[in-house]
Formats: sequence, structure tokens, C-alpha cells
Amino acid sequence: MSKFRNLVIATALTAPLAVPAFAEPLGLGRAALPEEIAAWNLDVSPDGTGLPPGSGSVADGEELFSDKCAVCHGEFAEGVDNWPKLAGGMDTLNRKDPLKTVGSYWPYLSTVWDYAHRSMPFGNAQTLSVDETYAIVAYIIYSNDLVDDDFVLSNENFLEVEMPNADGFIVDDRETVEYPEFSKPACMENCKESVEITAHATVLDVTPNDPNDDAPATEAPPAEEAAAPAAEAATEVAAAPAEVDPALVAAGETVFKKCKACHKVGEGAKHATGPSLNGVVGRKAGGADGFKYSPAMIAAGDAGMVWDHETIGAYLKDPKGFVPKNKMSFAGLKKEDDIAAVLAYIEATGQ
Amino acid sequence: MDEKERESSGLAMGRRGFLRAGAAAGALVTGAGAARAEGPDPLITEVQPWATGFGDGVDATPYGLPIQYESDVVRRNVGWLTADVISSINFTPIHALEGTITPQGCAFERHHSGAIEMRKEDYRLMIHGLVDRPLVFTYEDLERFPRVNQTYFLECAANSGMEWAGAQLNGVQFTQGMIHNMEYTGVTLRTLLEEAGVQTAGKWIYVEGADASSNGRSIPIEKALDDCLIAFKANGEALRKEHGYPVRLCVPGWEGNMWVKWLRRIEVTEGPVESREETSKYTDTLEDGTSRKWTWVMDAKSVITSPSPQMPIKHGNGPLVITGLAWSGRGAITKVDVSLDGGKNWKEARLANPGQPMALTRFYLDINWQGEEMLLQARATDDTGYVQPTKDQLRAIRGENSVYHNNAIQTWWVKSNGEAENVEVS
Repeated sequence: MSKFRNLVIATALTAPLAVPAFAEPLGLGRAALPEEIAAWNLDVSPDGTGLPPGSGSVADGEELFSDKCAVCHGEFAEGVDNWPKLAGGMDTLNRKDPLKTVGSYWPYLSTVWDYAHRSMPFGNAQTLSVDETYAIVAYIIYSNDLVDDDFVLSNENFLEVEMPNADGFIVDDRETVEYPEFSKPACMENCKESVEITAHATVLDVTPNDPNDDAPATEAPPAEEAAAPAAEAATEVAAAPAEVDPALVAAGETVFKKCKACHKVGEGAKHATGPSLNGVVGRKAGGADGFKYSPAMIAAGDAGMVWDHETIGAYLKDPKGFVPKNKMSFAGLKKEDDIAAVLAYIEATGQ
Repeated sequence: MDEKERESSGLAMGRRGFLRAGAAAGALVTGAGAARAEGPDPLITEVQPWATGFGDGVDATPYGLPIQYESDVVRRNVGWLTADVISSINFTPIHALEGTITPQGCAFERHHSGAIEMRKEDYRLMIHGLVDRPLVFTYEDLERFPRVNQTYFLECAANSGMEWAGAQLNGVQFTQGMIHNMEYTGVTLRTLLEEAGVQTAGKWIYVEGADASSNGRSIPIEKALDDCLIAFKANGEALRKEHGYPVRLCVPGWEGNMWVKWLRRIEVTEGPVESREETSKYTDTLEDGTSRKWTWVMDAKSVITSPSPQMPIKHGNGPLVITGLAWSGRGAITKVDVSLDGGKNWKEARLANPGQPMALTRFYLDINWQGEEMLLQARATDDTGYVQPTKDQLRAIRGENSVYHNNAIQTWWVKSNGEAENVEVS
């Protein structure tokens, strides 16, 4: 490794950067304050450096995971669609198409804690408290059968958790294993007896040719397109053309950035992590065909709830409070202006 | 003349049609006579709209985009690869580009949490950890350090990753297009680290972006002090937001994931953080199930960009320009060989310019094509003597479960009608 690194550096030194070397600092910038360093210095290392005091149980983690993570990672951390699977895959690393999960692949528990705390939930990063993070990490390792259901993870016992693939990594050895093999003089003539074509890309037909043809031929076509809203509701909306305020719609487009990781709206919008929002105004709660709603949302619709300005507004203000146990992992919009704007945008775009 | 008139004139709008007709004619006529006119060319004998009326005045487009006829030269993604475009990747249209500099507007994007919009005024860069003086810099501060200009390629470690399992995607944009090459202006990372004063215990740095993914990587201090750049301009203009406006890190020759965009923090540490991106991702699982980590360097690689599946030969027999790109994370490209017969025999290609360290090199091979089928390959050699391997050579060492670091020789099967297909050969 050091030999390799030296080679890289020696190579680079043949073309030194034309920059003067300084004996003394220029005195630019200002001192970083302790509070500022504390706010940004969140990373956690394998030896536990950076891990704050706290704890969380598997039981609490299960509830939190269901609330905040399961929409992408599945209730049992098994993964939804193309989103990462976090559990399973033990003993698959030496097989074809290994399943790399926290349990089967990740060498350090610190990485799980750090990533969940610093970068998750997707679209709502840095909102998990320290104890919530401990609980969610506890649930993830429970899902991988690494701890029992009564386990409580804390900064005290953190380093005791054994990761199955902790010893599964070696430092890059291309310099000794590959470089000698690949630095022999290259053959220029009569290098092989015969040449046969052994594989064709066109057989697979997975190349995007145009925006409408980017699905693998082997994959079934999407089961259902986003369902049209009930005819009646559509008529209602059409019959009462809202006065569209372009500035409000534009503001809503900006607010919608918070939503678009999960929701699509506009021409051809399909269900993604969340349902398509085309025609959502006037639609029964949990009523878009082809989307797998939480039982809570279906129950709300069955109880007669219809999405209108009032219900959508209340839902966006407090998603978990308005429809408890629904699976939208979103903290909510605090500002009334943002809610009005995003609603105007959804209506203007998703008719 | 306005747009409508131009459209109605037919002739002006017919440029693409003309090219197509020309290609068809070329296909029918053999030999170098393909370009010979059968009668007077109305494009020459008749006064064309552009030769008599006006074009756009200045300021019609204060910041210009390519002309409408080039609208197909764009980044494209492969929808089935990722769960969502927010955390995804697209591909540079290298089939249609020339030279070596990649325009920012079509240089491939890879985001983990979307391309954020941050004002320069809101930008802060912190250096802390094992330093004498923990510091915070504004964008303006960075502009006051001595500047350098360097051209480097950035290649995603997953470039060609889909091709491990066999020939999959039929276009060089998709098989080798997770790459771009720009001239960066910025401050060396060494300059900033010296400003903060690295302590002797500091053996690594951890670099982190400001976006919600908080993408971060550990880099050995030797590399950090060697040639890394804190860049704020690319190809002469501000970084585009998708490339990390206002400030990104450049880690020459090393995998693109380390080139942290929207760089906000540099922590000098004793050891690596072993973040998600350097453990669960960007590691390379071998046949026996063990995995290589810290596989930072991008090995030497080359590919023919034309002819290729997206760039079929349309001009019939005769002179044909074969061209492509070569690069190496270990240094400069010294030689590129091209094979027309699937690797049996090789000819040394002409380098457009001498290879530069950790930057793209353009190569050409000019041939007289007589409609014969070809199995086109390119093979790069760098100044450490590393020769680009075949996929079988790589598989023999790494097995078939790799995702990253596929620098294998690519084969295009060019048929007698000029069409090309991505294939694998024995």
C-alpha cells in the first residue's frame, strides 16, 4: 500500500504544481469557534470517536424504523424496489450477485450510526435525535439477527457488537497482484488464434434509446399507470377553474423540492416512493390505484376523507399528527405560505 | 428572417434532412466518389436564406446553449439503474464530443441527495481536527490564496460497472460515459492545510459536502498534500451547480466519489473515518468473498468513441476517422493501440497531443475502410508501463462480482453497413 501510494505520488511529482510554497500562513480566514466545530463535526469513527452518549432499544427502533425508514427500506429492512436492503444476505459474498447489507457486508457499526444520524432519512436528513439513532441502529442489527429483541444499544456497549464481515476487507493490493501482470510489454501482432463474439448488448435490450424506452426488456412493464382520479372529482375540479397565481406556483415549485424525492407530479407522473400527485385534489385518501398505502391511510379514505385544500393543508402541516401511523416520512411544512404555494404548484402541474 | 419564415423555407430547416440524404447516397455509392455531386447543388446554386437575411443580433442569448441541431448531445441516464433521480447518475455524451475538455453543461452528474443551490455568500469551509489553527474560510477568503490551473479527468468508480456481467448497454455514452475532463481553477489543498498547520499526528483528512447526503471520504495526508485542489472554476467559468457550486474538491486520478462537491469541511484525523461511501460502497468484492477497500486510483483505460453504437459510419467506403479517449489515474498516457480485428493485431494510434498526467488524451487512427466488418478495440498504456487489460484478465483476478473499477478493453462490432454494436469477444 505505501509502495503503491509512493508510486502515485512519484508520478504526480513529475508534473509539480506551479504554486509557491509558504513558510508562513497568510492569515486568511478566521478561527473556527468550538460551537461551530461541534455543529459540523458529527462523523463517528470505528473506535467510537465522535459517538455521543445516549441509548435506544430495539423496540423503540422498530417503531421509529416503521415511521421513518420503512417506506424505502421495508418494514423488516428488506428493501423496497431499488432502495437498499439493510438486512439479510449472510454468507452470500462469495456467490454470484452477493447481497450486501449492514449484516452481511458492513464492517463497522460506527458507519451505520454515522450514516443514519448524518445523512438519513432520505429527504429529511439530520433530523434524528441521538437516542432515535441508537434505537434505529439497534433495530437494524436486530433485523440482521445480531442481537435479541430486548437489546438496548448505547455508547457504553457500542463497541461490543460484532459485525460478521468485520474481517472481510483487505487494503487495495492491485499494485502487487495486478500491476506486474498488466505491465508486461503489449503484444502487437498475431496475439491470438481466433476471435469469436461471445456476448451481444442488443440481446438484452436494456439501453435507453429515448425517454420512453429506458426499461429493461426482461422486466415486466409497470403494473399500472397512475390511475386517473375518479371521473366525478375530475369534473368538479375542471368545473371550478382556480385562479392560478404564477408567482405562487413558482414559489410552490421551490417548496416541492422537499417532496420530489418521493412524489412525482405532472405529465406522465408515476408512483414512486410516494403516490403520484396528479389529480390528488378531489381524490379519496389512499385512493390512487396501484400505490401501496399504509393501512392508516386506507382507513382514512374508507372513513370518507377526501383530499381538498383543507385536508391537504392540515396533512402537510403535521403528517404524523393528522393521519397517525401513515408511512410518509416527512416532518411537515411549518409555514402556511409554503403549504399554499406547494398546493398551487401541485394543482397547476398535476391536473 | 424569423423562425417561421426559416421553417417555411424548407431548405434552411432541411440541413439534417440533407445530411441524412447524403448519408443514404453515400451508402449506395461505393468508393471515394460518394461525395461527387450528380447535379448542381441547390445549396450552392440558389441563394440561401442565411445568405440574404439576418441572423440573431447580439444579446439574443446572453448565455448561449448549443444550436438546436445539436439538441441530442445531452446527458442521459439509465432509469432502471437507481431507485430515484435524486440519488442517481447520468452519462456524458462522449460519443459526440471531440477534443478532451468536457463542457460542464453535458458533463455527467452524480448526486446522492440532489444538486443543491447554495449562494457564494452562504458558503463556508471549515478546517479542523489535528491542526494548529482550526479555521473557517468564506468564498472570498479562498479567492485570496495563490491560484493554480490544472486539467484533470474525473471518472466514477462505477464507470463501465454494468458491463462486468457481459456486454449490456449499447452506446459508449452508457458504457464509458461516467467521465469528464475539465480545466480547474482553484487553490491547492496543501495551501489551505498549511494555513491551518497540520500536526504530526494528522495522517488522514476527512472531507465532507454540504448537501443533505453529507457525502464524505477519508484521504491519506500524503495525497492531500500532494496534488488535491479546492476548485471554484471549471473551464473558465463558475462550477455549475451540478458540479458542486461554489466549491468542490479535486482528487486527481482517484475515483470520482472522493471529489466531494459543495465541500464544507476538512477534518485532519489520525485514522480513516470508514464512512458509508468507503465501506459499504466503493469497495470491491473478490471471488472468495473478501473485498478490497481503499481502491482509490483509476487504472489506465481507453475507449473508441467513434465509430460506436451511437456513432455508426454513415459515409460509405473510404477515409474513416477512428477516434477515442484514453486516461490513467497513475499518470500520463504514453501510447494507445487500436485493433480492427478484436485484438489479434494492433496499430499504434496517433495522440492528438502528448498525454498529460491524470487528464484525458484524444487519439486518432485514420484508415481506408472498404465496408469490411471490424471488431474495434483500443488499449491504453501509461507512463508507469501499465497496459489496459481485457475483461477476461480482470475477471481472472477479481471474479465476476465486481461493481467498480472496470477498466477493461471495450469491443465494438462494426458491421458492413456501418452500424456498431457493443459485444464481448473471446
